[in-house]
Amino acid sequence: MSTTSSRSTPEGIPKSETMELSDAQLLEAYRWMVQARVIDERCLSLQRQGRIGFYAPLSGQEAAQVGCALALRPEDWIFPAYRELAVALVRGAALRSILDQMVGNSTDLARGAQMPNHFAFREQQFVSVSSPIGTQITHAVGAAMAAQRRRDSIVTVTFFGDGATSSNDFHAGMNFAGVFRTPTIFFCQNNGWAISHPRERQTMSKTLAQKADAYGFPGVVVDGTDVNAVYHAVAEARDRAVSGGGPTLIEAQVYRFGPHSTSDDPRRYRSDAEVAAARERDPVHLLKARLLSLKLLDEAADLGIWESARSTLAAAFEEAEQAPPLDPASLFDNVFQTPTPRLEAERNQAEAFFRSGGERQ
Amino acid sequence: MTELTLVQAVNRGLHEAMQQDPDVLLLGEDIGVNGGVFRATEGLYKEFGAERVIDTPLSETGIVGAAIGMALYGLKPVAEIQFLDFVYPAFDQIVSELAKMRYRSGGQYPCHVVIRAPYGGGVKGGHYHSQSTEAFFCHTAGLKVIIPSTPADAKGLLLTAVHDEDPVIFLEPKRIYRAVTGEVPDGDVRVPFGEARRVREGTDVSLFAYGAMVPPAVEAADALEKDGISTEILDLRSLVPLDEAAVVASVEKTGRAVIVHEAARFCGFGAELAAILAEQAFYSLKAPVVRVTGYDTPFPYALENLYLPNAQKIEAAVRATVRAG
Repeated sequence: MSTTSSRSTPEGIPKSETMELSDAQLLEAYRWMVQARVIDERCLSLQRQGRIGFYAPLSGQEAAQVGCALALRPEDWIFPAYRELAVALVRGAALRSILDQMVGNSTDLARGAQMPNHFAFREQQFVSVSSPIGTQITHAVGAAMAAQRRRDSIVTVTFFGDGATSSNDFHAGMNFAGVFRTPTIFFCQNNGWAISHPRERQTMSKTLAQKADAYGFPGVVVDGTDVNAVYHAVAEARDRAVSGGGPTLIEAQVYRFGPHSTSDDPRRYRSDAEVAAARERDPVHLLKARLLSLKLLDEAADLGIWESARSTLAAAFEEAEQAPPLDPASLFDNVFQTPTPRLEAERNQAEAFFRSGGERQ
Repeated sequence: MTELTLVQAVNRGLHEAMQQDPDVLLLGEDIGVNGGVFRATEGLYKEFGAERVIDTPLSETGIVGAAIGMALYGLKPVAEIQFLDFVYPAFDQIVSELAKMRYRSGGQYPCHVVIRAPYGGGVKGGHYHSQSTEAFFCHTAGLKVIIPSTPADAKGLLLTAVHDEDPVIFLEPKRIYRAVTGEVPDGDVRVPFGEARRVREGTDVSLFAYGAMVPPAVEAADALEKDGISTEILDLRSLVPLDEAAVVASVEKTGRAVIVHEAARFCGFGAELAAILAEQAFYSLKAPVVRVTGYDTPFPYALENLYLPNAQKIEAAVRATVRAG
């Protein structure tokens, strides 16, 4: 059941064209992973400074997210949870757009409607994030049913964590996907913890992947710290889906190095020793070691990648922070396509209040 | 024009929409071969096939969640919830996902799904086949809530719902699915949202009703007319968006208001109507606003007739209002 990396060793075992990351892609993956790691470090500190309101870090999950995203095509659809920042990056969401959303400014594509990490990037087919757990899973299945109806050769991919496998929508979505044989990839990042609740108490199933058996389609476990292994598993699932073979559940085993979010102190429920042990398999370090051994990277080039990631981020955040705030009247936009008379009346009332100085943004 | 029952009009509305637009499809429980437990989708499976009339596994959250995904992709799904009482497994999907998708994405992801569900009592269905819980949905930003009371409106409003750009909760009064018949225009004749229907003109009191409460309101008005009390009846039919102007104008004319719904009174839709009248028509009122509603109990089985408003209760309320001022 377990899928492991079969990429060529430095000695040179031939590799498949489609199922393996090329050397150039491996380097690309590393750049994305470093960029995500740098964003994580910076956003945690920005939140503590009160410059963004919230952050949900992804450190430890970079290889799973980047490996998965690289195996997909632009026409595929992403139904993310709230921790998939690296997926958005690989899909081509601009760093500035990501940070606009963190700040909630006038250039935020989500128009300040949601707290940080709850992105939506239509151009990247990265559907709007919500906080309740697992709700996006059935959406991915419905979109895949629509793609079947349109005869589009695409997959929909839904991201969720170990905790979500207990949710109603996980089971409803898996069941619908099995019955309608939809081209859907269920990409579970099992990071060991649902806030404070450990994986062992989430389910008595031996693996999360085995839950697919009950719904009549394949489930695979993959080492989520190995970008190549993840890429391989997703590419294989994608091939199967677009050729009519139906859905796949992939359990990428990772570890959440940081807190669930900036509102959480993980020391209350897990030991430093556990975290330290997990950090031995830091996906960013693992990929760096591989690139060094493949002579695709040296220390100087590595330093350059980190510096470039930091300076790109700093520049983009400065722009996002300096962008004008939202127009207060935009509060009433996008409730409906055309505001109802009641909403128009409320907008007029609110505008008069703002003009009178009753509310300062 | 064709003479149809209300449920036949729903069926014709679905048929018309599906014939016009290949993106329209139906999903729900027992809607295919079986034609729906109330036969609202009778014949559609045979005509449009399993790909467009989709019998789903038994999961309301799955039905609504899948419909959301289809709508995001660009289709126009019409989901059937077998009874409104069964919708709660999908409540999160409706309230936090469907209703909020456009807003929370800054307009990037409009999400147009129609959810049809038979609602209301009078069919000896007990608690789980009788409730009238439209207020939950009216209270939720981002949803439109429609309740027809005539066959022509059932078809015309349903066609508007299918072609609307926003999520629509379309509640069908199952008690009058077959009890009411009427002339229904053939073809794609749509009835706009946000416009109340004036059932009859009157000068002494305004009666506000919708769905299965419209026929008893008319029955009461007929009886009152014999005693010289002239009752105006507005069938609200579009609860969100609401035709507030028509509600206020009617009470400005009559000076009295009686609100009828079968849902429980406390925080029911009538409370909003009463508040609107207090805010916008206070100085026209000659008497306190009166509500004739279900009681604040669970929906009963054996004592259903006691629970539900009827023509006698409405008539008594109107007479009391007229006496009051």
